[in-house]
Amino acid sequence: MAYNYPDSTGHFGPYGGIYVAETLMGALEELRLAYEHYSADPVFQAEFAHELRHYVGRPSPVYHARHWSQRLKGAQIYLKREDLNHTGAHKVNNTVGQALLAKRMGKPRVIAETGAGQHGVATATVAARYGMECVVYMGAEDVKRQAMNVYRMKLLGATVVPVESGSKTLKDALNEAMRDWVTNIENTFYIIGTVAGPHPYPMMVRDFNSVVGKECVVQMPELAGRQPDAVIACVGGGSNAMGIFHSYIGVQGVQLIGVEAAGSGIASGHHAAALTAGRPGVLHGNRTYLLQDGNGQIIETHSISAGLDYPGVGPEHAWLKDSGRAQYVAVEDAEALQAFHDLCHYEGIIPALESSHALAYAAKIAPTMTPDQILLVNLSGRGDKDMATVARVSGIEL
Amino acid sequence: MSRIQTTFEKLKQHGRKALIPFITAGDPNPEITVPLMHALTEAGADIIEVGVPFSDPMADGPTIQRASERALRHGVALHDVLDMVEKFRTTDAHTPIVLMGYGNPVETMGWETFAARCAQAGVDGVLTVDFPPEESHEAFGHLHRHGVDPIFLLAPTTDDDRIAQVARLARGYVYYVSLKGVTGAGHLDLSAVEQKIPHLREYVGLPIGVGFGIRDADAARAVSRLCDGVVVGSRIVQEIENSGEDSVILNVAKVVRELRHAIDHA
Repeated sequence: MAYNYPDSTGHFGPYGGIYVAETLMGALEELRLAYEHYSADPVFQAEFAHELRHYVGRPSPVYHARHWSQRLKGAQIYLKREDLNHTGAHKVNNTVGQALLAKRMGKPRVIAETGAGQHGVATATVAARYGMECVVYMGAEDVKRQAMNVYRMKLLGATVVPVESGSKTLKDALNEAMRDWVTNIENTFYIIGTVAGPHPYPMMVRDFNSVVGKECVVQMPELAGRQPDAVIACVGGGSNAMGIFHSYIGVQGVQLIGVEAAGSGIASGHHAAALTAGRPGVLHGNRTYLLQDGNGQIIETHSISAGLDYPGVGPEHAWLKDSGRAQYVAVEDAEALQAFHDLCHYEGIIPALESSHALAYAAKIAPTMTPDQILLVNLSGRGDKDMATVARVSGIEL
Repeated sequence: MSRIQTTFEKLKQHGRKALIPFITAGDPNPEITVPLMHALTEAGADIIEVGVPFSDPMADGPTIQRASERALRHGVALHDVLDMVEKFRTTDAHTPIVLMGYGNPVETMGWETFAARCAQAGVDGVLTVDFPPEESHEAFGHLHRHGVDPIFLLAPTTDDDRIAQVARLARGYVYYVSLKGVTGAGHLDLSAVEQKIPHLREYVGLPIGVGFGIRDADAARAVSRLCDGVVVGSRIVQEIENSGEDSVILNVAKVVRELRHAIDHA
């Protein structure tokens, strides 16, 4: 199956595209041309690979969660250990890539939006590494909830700007970062943290994260003797999922499953499952599935995992859903928490709450499968950042 | 001839420039919008840009975002905005009305329904901020069929190819964004505008309005010398924000009269 998306104008079928004000078109064209050039430049790619190896610590291992699989009495679960990366998640693959591109483009200042703070930390990290000024926009609500990550970013030399507008969460931080970018276009590079936004971001962020799936395609036959039956990843904006899916899209017989956050249940209305319960629309520069009301206003989302708390989703996921190449399901807070605790208990690995959604779905379907079948789960991040949240919902005071 | 065209022709005959104030529909409440629109024309507005509230107004600054939030707290939706324009039209058949907003509420209503409702309500132009020409082919078909003008932005960073593209597609007038930034930012560079407008005119035959960053009468006066129309948004919305609900109309009218006076005495 030939898969060659997006097209030259950034569309994945009817999704994606460039839906921004004229004030940003020039900057996006500059970025598109620069990325087109450097993504084909062996010197750039060699430096990117070098940084991933020596700074991020790649390749990350694939690990057979033997004990947990035995408990689940079904398919074998393998984990792609993105949690072992420097900064503790897949996010840094992308920020390294974009920062190297910013350097090539002569932009001394980088900005980013962040929800829980993971992308902010990953951006602040690379800004320190490459000697760039860094400003991170973060919803005022999130600043309060994620004090530790705010402090991390500050330690790394970044300026954290609390965003007081709208719902004071990730989507508002993204709006504010766009506003900064449009005002400071000459010297500023906007490092978007997920596979959303206007073209070329969804493609570029996917490409920088696609190292995850590329490694798996090599590692799985080495470790398990073959490719998995299904690849499972959580989907907020969807960058870790696109990262692990991309190399598998053309591989027959491998099912791709994206797991969204069902919060307190789809029926409750308190969730963040855009693909499962939303409908197509236009937000943040692209056409995709959105959580919106009957008048086209974007609605607030809810998830125990701040990293999945976003009303949209990357346009490529919208296309993979409609085309049937990937399936999208949703997992509730309580199920994700159970998987979180199980992985701690049975494997000695503390997963991020985001990744726990993917784990929870694996735990759901593994028992319906046979022991010779294989599930590969992207363990996209570690759970150190989630200690306060998990303790709170467990009624424990730290 | 369309209302927008007629308006600019008349102004030209009298050697005047258009004053184009912006308000957000439903700000600070839905009842005030139609009377406020009439007050704007009485105070000297030639065209009114009516903002359609949106939850995520990415190209706007904090002032206009707060206006959207105030309107949304009253549940003001696109169909309400169209109703307001229709009501305004029952007593004003001449003043062109341009809806300005983001694409998603229109997508939800459907472009065909929207275009038909615009024509019926008496909307003359539509500026969908986040729909550049590349993504707007379908939308334009509908607007065209119903005789509604697509209004476009041009920015300081727009290159010549795109200026030419916009010039081909635009109707009514073209809106030149006078600074790099969002609405309401305060760093208008007059000399840059002065250099740019003659260049735009090499491509654009339509009248050119200039907006973003015009904060006071002096700036309006200076900008009006360079173009065909002056768009003032954040300054007016700020006046709405700072006024008690019963003094909104009085205070906004005063600001518009000052702007009118400044433009007419440029």
